[in-house]
Amino acid sequence: MSRTSSALERLANREYEYGFVTDIESDSVPPGLSEDVIRTISKKKNEPDWLLAWRLKAYRHWLTLADAEPTWANVHYDPIDYQKIVYYSAPRPKKKLESLDEVDPELLATYEKLGISLAEQKRLTGVAVDAVFDSVSVATTFKKELEKHGIIFCAFSEAVQRHPELVRSYLGSVVPYADNFFATLNSAVFSDGSFVYIPKGVRCPMELSTYFRINAENTGQFERTLIVADEGSYVSYLEGCTAPMRDENQLHAAVVELVALGDAEIKYSTVQNWYPGDEEGRGGIYNFVTKRGKCAGARSKISWTQVETGSAITWKYPSCILLGDGSIGAFYSVALTARRQQADTGTKMYHIGKNTKSTIISKGISAGHGQNSYRGLVRINKGAAGARNYSQCDSLLLGDRCGAHTFPYLEVMNPSATVEHEATTSKIGEDQLFYCRQRGISEEDAISMIVNGFCKEVLRELPMEFAVEAQNLLGVSLEGSVG
Amino acid sequence: MSRAETQPYLERFRRLEPSAAEPTWLHGMRDAAIERFAEFGFPSPRLEDWKYTSVRSIATSDFGGAPPARNPFSKRDVAFSLGGDFHGRILAFADGRYAPELSTIEALPEGVIAESLATALAGRPACIEPHLGRVATWDAPEDAFVALNTAFLGDGAFVYLPRGAVVEAPIGLVFLGLRNGAAPISQPRILIVAEAGSRATIVESYAGCGPDAYLTNAVTEVVVGAGASIDHVKLQCESGSAFHVSALQAQQSRDSRFASHAISLGAALARNDVNARIDDAGAEAVLNGLFVASAAQHVDNHTEIDHAKPHSQSRELYKGILAGRAHGVFNGKIIVRPDAQNTHAQQANDNLLMSEDARINSKPELMIHADDVKCSHGSTIGYLDESALFYLRSRGISAVEAREFMMRAFASEVTRAIGSAPVRTRVDELVTARLARGAPLEIA
Repeated sequence: MSRTSSALERLANREYEYGFVTDIESDSVPPGLSEDVIRTISKKKNEPDWLLAWRLKAYRHWLTLADAEPTWANVHYDPIDYQKIVYYSAPRPKKKLESLDEVDPELLATYEKLGISLAEQKRLTGVAVDAVFDSVSVATTFKKELEKHGIIFCAFSEAVQRHPELVRSYLGSVVPYADNFFATLNSAVFSDGSFVYIPKGVRCPMELSTYFRINAENTGQFERTLIVADEGSYVSYLEGCTAPMRDENQLHAAVVELVALGDAEIKYSTVQNWYPGDEEGRGGIYNFVTKRGKCAGARSKISWTQVETGSAITWKYPSCILLGDGSIGAFYSVALTARRQQADTGTKMYHIGKNTKSTIISKGISAGHGQNSYRGLVRINKGAAGARNYSQCDSLLLGDRCGAHTFPYLEVMNPSATVEHEATTSKIGEDQLFYCRQRGISEEDAISMIVNGFCKEVLRELPMEFAVEAQNLLGVSLEGSVG
Repeated sequence: MSRAETQPYLERFRRLEPSAAEPTWLHGMRDAAIERFAEFGFPSPRLEDWKYTSVRSIATSDFGGAPPARNPFSKRDVAFSLGGDFHGRILAFADGRYAPELSTIEALPEGVIAESLATALAGRPACIEPHLGRVATWDAPEDAFVALNTAFLGDGAFVYLPRGAVVEAPIGLVFLGLRNGAAPISQPRILIVAEAGSRATIVESYAGCGPDAYLTNAVTEVVVGAGASIDHVKLQCESGSAFHVSALQAQQSRDSRFASHAISLGAALARNDVNARIDDAGAEAVLNGLFVASAAQHVDNHTEIDHAKPHSQSRELYKGILAGRAHGVFNGKIIVRPDAQNTHAQQANDNLLMSEDARINSKPELMIHADDVKCSHGSTIGYLDESALFYLRSRGISAVEAREFMMRAFASEVTRAIGSAPVRTRVDELVTARLARGAPLEIA
């Protein structure tokens, strides 16, 4: 036991590999939130009046929510002072960028350290990367090739300028401005994010990818992503993140909205590896995210795949509204909490249309003092005849000071529905570990293998490049662990 | 909920005249409890534990009308509750008050006590004081009904099993509600103390009749000593217009076994809390439940198994059959505390939705703080297997019969786990009658 506990200790105390701060002059507004700050953000981004009005509507609603910051999640943190947060920060624009050579070399070096060099990406992988550095997109690649298919993939602020009609008709259609405390805050102050539109019948020829980074100190990131897949189209979107090491907590309250029209499919994948805080639980990112997809059309499909290994606190429920008849929702999740990380994550599947289907596979791994909660809702409305849901939520415990919790809510109002939920919680099998060790596999490798096997059902849903990254991430995270 | 709704109860509490026979510590406990109740009010759906159950209809009715002067029940009503084959001691209660004329004083092994709580409070307060009001919790808004019961605590049952006592015949506690009273409230309190190595089966049976509403608010506290084994059966067959709220809390010592079989067939609104706290190593808890609801019935089952110590195990199976516009709720919580290594916990909740308008909210929860555990839960919701129905139909069995047949089979997984044969037989009879009738049963 002592052998394995020391291995565990190492896991729990592993250094955050991606901790560094890029020193770039930031163009920030002073900390604090007021109508003036919102007007400033809107003005800096040269937004149309309707968008400013929408932001202000959200802000005024947010003020009424002062006492309504959610407390029901199984996470604990000191109250956030929303007046201490800088709501806008952008790298100073030098001039219009024509090529990657003009991008701040320090910024490029940052990506280099993260192993996602834009040049590399562009040249080798065929992945179009819309890199979001703090809050403003600085480089977008592969635009031409996408344009050929009529696909719009750009920064949110750019979409507001160039495709206002599209943005206006879909913004807030899945996550309304009054949805919840953090989504409302985001609606008021969101800085930038990505916008994707896939036209009718188009199959997006490449994986679309955005790397987010939180950089300027004290800057909450308020991303807003909107993806619209028109009838019969297909898109796979990747989101991945790392953040520099820092002492002060940083708030990240993003909103992601997906709309899939008839027969369209959206596959949304995330690898999240933000700073989890030190072993005492100081610092680290607060990741309070609202992600929701609407299967608006018949036979449309939305799947969420996430690998959550970072953040001090994760509060995140990527959801599907299955409105169209025969639409399909899926949620595949791996959440790892070590040190003093806390995660309360899961999904919501709203079955509204007939013969709608949903699948939930959630794998939670707890180590150190980590607390991992699965919280999910499966709701079958009265009209959702023939609806089908299958949920499986497994937890793996590595160490005796961590916790794994499962809170599934099943609400069924139609007798023709079939809903199944199962969950298991256990530690790594001693016999499995023994078997591997006996064959000369080091304990660390054995644990990594077993954990990767435990997560296989989720990892295989990730696009190839991501699957490799995710596997490495779990490997690194679990270097020499388990009891 | 508004404080105004607690007023009638607070006033009635002020008018309460404590009996001189009661020990004084009981007065202090009642005072503390009414204070808690006044503070909490009736539980609001804003509380997570009451999310799916609104008790507005209870809170806004003024339960507490005087029970009829003369006991309106007969031994036939008792036989309805426990069946004809029941040969054990029976304590019967009419509207919450002990009714000796309906009770059966079968001999019990030496030292075993089964008497009315009022008698025990007067006669042997020292046996009761260490346990009463200390096993069930009533210090959170979720437990407002337990606080209310404690505030008006006066009668109920006291069962005591001395060290090593084995009672073969089950002990029956029968609670009969309303024949012609005015919105009466019955708040029985049951205390079961099983000393080390003792063993018994205890049946609580609730039945009622009449078109008018009444409220049962029962609290059962069970202390299971080291190596003791208690089989507890609760048969809830209240009338269709009744409100039934009950809370059972078991506290388990080393190597003890506690099994609860909660059968819920009646009442317009039923809320059952069954909690087991495993306080020492090696204990086993079994929580089984069956709920059948139709028309506009609402039935809510909350269970919690708290594995506070290592090497314990629990098994839980709750099954629901919902028809008409019925609304079923299952919330099962399994907690494994940081020290409770080597815990095995298994939980399952299966539900049948038999009509377009029936609904179910199922929430099986695991909260695990130890690593060397094997815990699992599962929940299913659906309709009867169409191919099995077709098989029966193809053999000339009518659709109605085939459905009933399959519902009985579905229910039998719970009922057949009841150890005592006469009790199991009566439960099966009542379940069968309930399914055939499609509405709550009433005592004839």
